[in-house]
Amino acid sequence: MEIHRDDIGARLGMWLFIFTEILLFGGLFLVYAVMRHRYSVEFHQAAHQLNAFIGTVNTVVLLLSSATVAMSITAVQRGEKRKGVLLLFITLLCAGVFLFNKYLEWGHKISIGLYPGSDMMIGLKHGYILFFSLYFFMTGLHMLHLVVGSIILTIVMLKIQTGSINPGKYTLLENGGLYWHLVDLIWIFLFPLLYLIT
Amino acid sequence: MAETITHSYLENTGRYKGIMAWLTTTDHKRIGLMYMYAMMVFFIVGALLGELMRLELFRPGQQFMNAQTYNGIFTIHGIIMIFTVVIPGLAAVFGNFAMPMQIGAHDVAFPRLNLFSWYLFILGAAIALSSQFMGNGPPDTGWTFYAPYSTQTHTNVVAAVFGAFILGFSSILTGLNFIVTIHRLRAPGMTFFRMPLFPWSLYATAWIQVLATPIVGITLLMVIAERWLRIGFFDPSLGGDPILYQHLFWIYSHPAVYIMILPAMGVITEIIPTFAQRRVFGYKAIALSSIAIALVGYFVWAHHMYTSGMSMTARWVFSLLTFLVAVPSAIKVFNWITTMYKGSISVKPPFLYALGFIFLFMIGGLTGLSLGSLATDVHVHDTAYVVAHFHYIIFGGVGFAFFAALHYWYPKMYGRMYNFKRANIAFGFLFVGFNLLYFPQFVLGIMGMPRRYFDYLPQFTLGHQISAVGGLILLIGIIIMIANLFSKKGAKAPDNPWGGSTLEWTISSPPSQENFDELPVVTGEPYDYK
Repeated sequence: MEIHRDDIGARLGMWLFIFTEILLFGGLFLVYAVMRHRYSVEFHQAAHQLNAFIGTVNTVVLLLSSATVAMSITAVQRGEKRKGVLLLFITLLCAGVFLFNKYLEWGHKISIGLYPGSDMMIGLKHGYILFFSLYFFMTGLHMLHLVVGSIILTIVMLKIQTGSINPGKYTLLENGGLYWHLVDLIWIFLFPLLYLIT
Repeated sequence: MAETITHSYLENTGRYKGIMAWLTTTDHKRIGLMYMYAMMVFFIVGALLGELMRLELFRPGQQFMNAQTYNGIFTIHGIIMIFTVVIPGLAAVFGNFAMPMQIGAHDVAFPRLNLFSWYLFILGAAIALSSQFMGNGPPDTGWTFYAPYSTQTHTNVVAAVFGAFILGFSSILTGLNFIVTIHRLRAPGMTFFRMPLFPWSLYATAWIQVLATPIVGITLLMVIAERWLRIGFFDPSLGGDPILYQHLFWIYSHPAVYIMILPAMGVITEIIPTFAQRRVFGYKAIALSSIAIALVGYFVWAHHMYTSGMSMTARWVFSLLTFLVAVPSAIKVFNWITTMYKGSISVKPPFLYALGFIFLFMIGGLTGLSLGSLATDVHVHDTAYVVAHFHYIIFGGVGFAFFAALHYWYPKMYGRMYNFKRANIAFGFLFVGFNLLYFPQFVLGIMGMPRRYFDYLPQFTLGHQISAVGGLILLIGIIIMIANLFSKKGAKAPDNPWGGSTLEWTISSPPSQENFDELPVVTGEPYDYK
């Protein structure tokens, strides 16, 4: 019998999964809202400690990576295999830059003893503790998603290379792209909430 | 195309034989059965733990376990029963087994994802259970993992919490799979309003699974981070808020009750018309009330927290919404009763269990209203009354519906019948035992017996003793029921033993691997009896 294939169904499934991811982060946004309301002054002050420049660079990098994913879908649809692979490679490169910047950011904070559970952190005012805890938790979970997304896109890239993703069959690429946009989207909310509202 | 021989789904025709053929299957029917076998093991373990607690409470003071062990046992009893039995429950077992056949599909939309969900389920259960044997002893927080205690106790909370997280992931993927299946794979001609009502209830359930479970997922991760990293979200000494934990927990865990009960209602809605041989009364009302329950059920969570510290406004709003959610549930009960009116009823075991469901669910539902109203709740909060109400809904409701579904679809599952007389005897034991076990706890609760207490005042002794005896009778009922179904092969089952009108009864018992050789074309509504 014929192999059942349902591209619309696969996309619907991916959208549902993206809802669940947004709700997963939604729980954290809720905690953020509650704590920001309770400690608004301290949240303002603590946000000054984050490096808005690195944050901005990372935002630009992620937006660029989302654009290249979208372009690679178009490229594969048109049958331009090499261009598709190249664009995905740029996306992965962007992910690497993002992670490197995060390493600089986190590394700096950890080196001065500012991380959840450190003696320095426990001694801070409550609003500061919660702000930095939220910062590490939210950006940490986001990074985890970024890494997962990179793994997915690497697999997708290899599949374009071997031809199992092609102009007639590219749902996996689309779904991988959707996931990548999700990673981007969450950052678009994290960036102002953590870095910009100072 | 060459003539093909169709094989029953129970025969192994693939690459693997024996157990491997099951562990690598993507057939929704086999996956349903695998969920069922795993759950039966968990259920029996959970039930035995429950009865151990009742025996410990047989007399005031310590009998045969100390208070810490008792705390550990009620915690793991809750974790097993809630997260590994009733939450996946009917949706995972009968949703998988019957729903694709009922909507006229070959399988679910994502068969491999379906198998993956089962493995996540087993993995999550294994991690949760490992909490008993590793680390600093079994968790003692209760299944609700309330902060700040859960972030401070030295027992092995992380394993239990992480297990629950994985189980939640499994539940999300099942829900996702079912939503896509119902949208994409209904047979030609089967519009939403020609769909049987069990798939309808699964559809509502699946949306709750997808939209509510992530919240508890992130909350449980926060508990783990709280323990490992001291992030302080729920720790007042670091500026956090324990009440916030309760909100986040119940935002999921109240809708979770509807994840449990909606498929149960769906099964009852299949059984009642079949055995009354009468078209279901108020088809659209039942279908849409499932959606209404899912929707309103989202906004009632804080009725678990009337005494936790909330504004009066929040309390009356949540109380009002709690009363509202009772309306669609009551609509279903009225429709079931009305369906039976003037029907030609044959009281076979599935129908008997369904009647048991309606009776017990009504007691559970009505006592739920007294808990939903502010004044009475403050009096009986955290007493045995809550325990009784909860078990009437979850065991009397979901449990009996599970048994009903098992007796209803058993012939389709195995192609065999079972002994009706023994099934009825088992029902008698279950029904009497159940009421003896839980009804006294309503009385104890009103008298002031707190829940989760290891010891009690002498005036509560009689109630506890009736409860313990009831528990033993219930266990006997469970043993008789399982022995009757699984100890020996019954007579061969016909394709449609009950005169059911939904699509799964139009195919052979047991069904072929592909369910339908040719997809059926649906031209009318379900429940059309001659």
